[in-house]
Amino acid sequence: MAVRLQTERFDTGAEIARLTGGRTDAGAVVSFTGLCRADGETGTISAMVLEHFPGMAEEELGRLEAEARKRWPLLDVLIVHRHGRLVPGDEIVLVIALSAHREAAFRGANFMMDYLKTSAPFWKKEERADGTSWVEAKNSDDDARNRW
Amino acid sequence: MKIRYFAWVRERIGRAEEEIAPPDTVRTIEGLVAWLRTQGSEYESAFASKGVVRVAIDRVHVKPDAVIAGAKEIAFFPPMTGG
Repeated sequence: MAVRLQTERFDTGAEIARLTGGRTDAGAVVSFTGLCRADGETGTISAMVLEHFPGMAEEELGRLEAEARKRWPLLDVLIVHRHGRLVPGDEIVLVIALSAHREAAFRGANFMMDYLKTSAPFWKKEERADGTSWVEAKNSDDDARNRW
Repeated sequence: MKIRYFAWVRERIGRAEEEIAPPDTVRTIEGLVAWLRTQGSEYESAFASKGVVRVAIDRVHVKPDAVIAGAKEIAFFPPMTGG
């Protein structure tokens, strides 16, 4: 099990290969990669800066992983979340779930993302040509979390 | 007791963290916010919309009725927008 915070970019394919390499018990790998869109929440953006709460971010993501593993038979999980300055096209977050059969991997990955969006202490600030603004949390994210 | 602020809460208050000494009558997070609002207009501004600012005690999310006795660090921040 692993949770990683970093400023550097990551490679989803390489992370999947590393997680599955050498094991023959996993029948299913599901991954979600969140990307930075140019069409941001506050307009066309040139960059996004992610602030986070060091220490609590890792602990909260660890709690999400533990909850997912309690609910579904996951063989392994990887969560990677970047912080700092990102530009459109960059990866932001990666969630990988491994299981023997696909239902646990699909649902575990989906659950972790829905919880991550509302409880992991990160805050996005978008930079546009005409200024910067903090992204506002969405009610739809709360709704997504509440369906679990 | 150490208080930390993040994102626009930090910007409105003008500090990332501080040590505070609330009176003994302040028992809960709700009470702490009410007391902080009397300490300056920057706190009024940060906590203007009731129910918006979130809180963690010792790096765990809590609700506004949580008691603050024994807390080493309290953090206030906007609803999260990670992922």
